[in-house]
Amino acid sequence: MDNKMTIKFSSVSENEAFARNVIASFLISSDPSVEWLSDIKTAVSEAVTNAIVHGYPSGGGEVEMKAEITDKYLHIVVSDKGVGIENVDEALEPFYTTKPDEERSGMGFTIIKTFTDKLTVSSEKGKGTTVDMIKYFDGGEGNI
Amino acid sequence: MDIKYSVTKGNLYIYLSGELDEFSARIGKDRLDGIIDGNINAQNVVFNLSKLTFMDSTGIGILLGRYRKLKKTGTPSFIQSPSVSVNKVLQISGLYKVMPKI
Repeated sequence: MDNKMTIKFSSVSENEAFARNVIASFLISSDPSVEWLSDIKTAVSEAVTNAIVHGYPSGGGEVEMKAEITDKYLHIVVSDKGVGIENVDEALEPFYTTKPDEERSGMGFTIIKTFTDKLTVSSEKGKGTTVDMIKYFDGGEGNI
Repeated sequence: MDIKYSVTKGNLYIYLSGELDEFSARIGKDRLDGIIDGNINAQNVVFNLSKLTFMDSTGIGILLGRYRKLKKTGTPSFIQSPSVSVNKVLQISGLYKVMPKI
């Protein structure tokens, strides 16, 4: 069954777990495997944490999470209207972090890339960032 | 996230349970450092993750930070019993190169 959802929530760290639980609840009816669900929860956690920590470094702001499910794939878009990323290619590199003093690993996007089938990041300085993720149910490269 | 510890035969075992994300890491980091500082003579430090149900890349940062802290006193550190999902994150990050899985 095709299904869609959109939520908006405040940019506070407490909502990282909230977003993970929302996506898990949204997926219940499609009966995903434990591993598949766990990959998605991790990818969502990375994207939402990025929006909260990096998108809105001085707090405030809202994060939006949209999800669409079909019998072939799950499509999730996490977006913020925060500070944006100056160089997206650099941000996608493993171990790249702008906050090494805060013990950030710089592995967020690498984990999303590994745990989903397609990742697109678009960002504009001062306007915000959109993280677009697709994961296929059969793990393949099916056409959309 | 809940953190408990025990000392057995001179080794410090730290047990993490629940979910380790950016929110829980903020509180967890100080508690971990407190436990490590209070057991400075431990021969080895073992992070037991058997009851950790979720961890994202924030957890990698936290564990790497503790590795660096322990390295200063020459104390080897290890990871024990991660769940399948936590293990996947740890493997991708390459953390086992510095904190081997036992």
